[in-house]
Amino acid sequence: MNGALHIGFIPLIDAAALIVAVDKGFAKAEGLDVTLAREVSWSNVRDKLNIGLFDAAHLLAPVAIASSLGVGHVKVPIMAPFNLGLNGNAITASPELHAAILREVEGDPFDPMATARALARVVAARRRSGAEPLTFGMTFPFSTHNYQLRFWMAAGGVDPDEDVRMVVLPPPYMVESLAGKQVDAFCVGDPWNSIAVDRGVGCILNFASDILPRAVEKVLAFRQGWSERNKETVSALVRAAFRAAEFIEQHENRAEVARILSHPGRIGVPADVVQRTLDGRLKVSADGTMLESRNYLLIGREGAARPDPVQAAWLYAQMVRWKQTSLSPAALDAAMAVFRPDLHDAALGRSAVAGASESPGRIEAFAGPTFDPGDIRTYLAAFGSPERTNG
Amino acid sequence: MGAEPPQKEASPKIVIVDESPIRAAILEEGLREAGFTGVVHISEMQSLLQRIYALDPDVILIDLENPSRDILEQMFQVSRAVRRPIAMFVDQSDAASIQASVDAGVSAYIVDGLKKERIKPILDLCVSRFNAFAKLQDELDRAKSALEDRKVIDRAKGILMKLKGLTEDEAYVLLRSTAMREKKKISEIAQSILTASELLK
Repeated sequence: MNGALHIGFIPLIDAAALIVAVDKGFAKAEGLDVTLAREVSWSNVRDKLNIGLFDAAHLLAPVAIASSLGVGHVKVPIMAPFNLGLNGNAITASPELHAAILREVEGDPFDPMATARALARVVAARRRSGAEPLTFGMTFPFSTHNYQLRFWMAAGGVDPDEDVRMVVLPPPYMVESLAGKQVDAFCVGDPWNSIAVDRGVGCILNFASDILPRAVEKVLAFRQGWSERNKETVSALVRAAFRAAEFIEQHENRAEVARILSHPGRIGVPADVVQRTLDGRLKVSADGTMLESRNYLLIGREGAARPDPVQAAWLYAQMVRWKQTSLSPAALDAAMAVFRPDLHDAALGRSAVAGASESPGRIEAFAGPTFDPGDIRTYLAAFGSPERTNG
Repeated sequence: MGAEPPQKEASPKIVIVDESPIRAAILEEGLREAGFTGVVHISEMQSLLQRIYALDPDVILIDLENPSRDILEQMFQVSRAVRRPIAMFVDQSDAASIQASVDAGVSAYIVDGLKKERIKPILDLCVSRFNAFAKLQDELDRAKSALEDRKVIDRAKGILMKLKGLTEDEAYVLLRSTAMREKKKISEIAQSILTASELLK
């Protein structure tokens, strides 16, 4: 077995299973000698994985799919036998935009449909008054953040390509860009939402888990060719990450996990911010209002770590919906084949059938037609063009 | 500089995105010497995309330590904001050159349509200048740490001279022989003397 591994990660809370696997000795117990490399951009993580400087990586799930399809960049087949996290993102708005949306909200202000419709009224009012379009920050063109923002605002009648500006912002720049008014809102993973709230420059509008209750966020990614030559190593790393995820999800371990992650060489943010995120209990505005969701971030519980090809199909459908690529049955098959529940199960010594019952294989978004991976054309056609709400 | 300019056709407009002013200057100088006259350096990451669109370059060079690399990825997308589609320079037939550029810590983006033969010398130059900068930085770091070591050793010698009534040469010989016996660096032994003397104060 090839035991010495170089693995890249971005300092975000959902790298927890990987970091804890290494720092708490789960990787070593599997005979692995892992060196973690903290990176500054998803482009770096992707490229270093692609050319072999990394053996594995903490990667945005849509990047694993885009890379495998050769969409937007060079084609390098990637495979993902383990989800490092489900959910974990939030939409945070400047206090001004947050107040404007809340003035327009009808009903529950934490209901994403209510905020999306309110956003549509804010956008329409700005258009009438000749104000600049609102600008939304997200982390990468092929990111859950991009798709979740678009899905949410389109459900309320806002066309993300026509009515607002969508810009890529590296997570470490999100908070200062919100403070400096270069963006009016953003969708990002934590710690950045909490940091914006703590600094008083943003208010959390919605948790992404209220938009999609189980959305694959980051995966443990390998080059497909390499993984075929190093099956034992892949299995060992999946087991180490699984044990780490179990450890993280035990409530009594949270303080220790928060301490490990807060180390400057790892995520490097205060332990209490880490803990709030892991517990799914977030301060949403500077006045101390708290919002809690048991689905805020799932590291390993409820079968979260097991890849679900239906999720890959959904992400592919978003790439088609927002015209990053065109619809093709072959590409859909290739996208779904990136997610490898069989390898997850094999590594953990489970039969595929027993594992399958853990993954519902349904998307259950807060709005829109039911997702059917077998008929993406009908699914996408059902959205039509976003209807205008002029409030 | 050269006897004849590399291109009679217009020199491609190159933008360097780098927060390190020294490295950018080294690269810019190299490019100018090679006859590439249209070089602009952006060191401020705010409104990066707007500034790049305003400059409308043919080639963008960015260091890999820069989180703003992800912002450039947006330029691959078909969108109203993008005037000219830009792609990352990836020559799939030449894996070694990609490896070399990532190792050196730089990445290149080019507008669609620019010929490979025209980007290759730019990228090669970029790689060699980035490597030269890294070597310089490394030497500087080593010089700094050597200076630090000297200071520590001088202070340790002072303590030994005072406590044991030694001459400076004798103090140094004692440090050196102890270091050899314990298979440690002289500066490490010196540091432990400083620590011990702090504790015994």
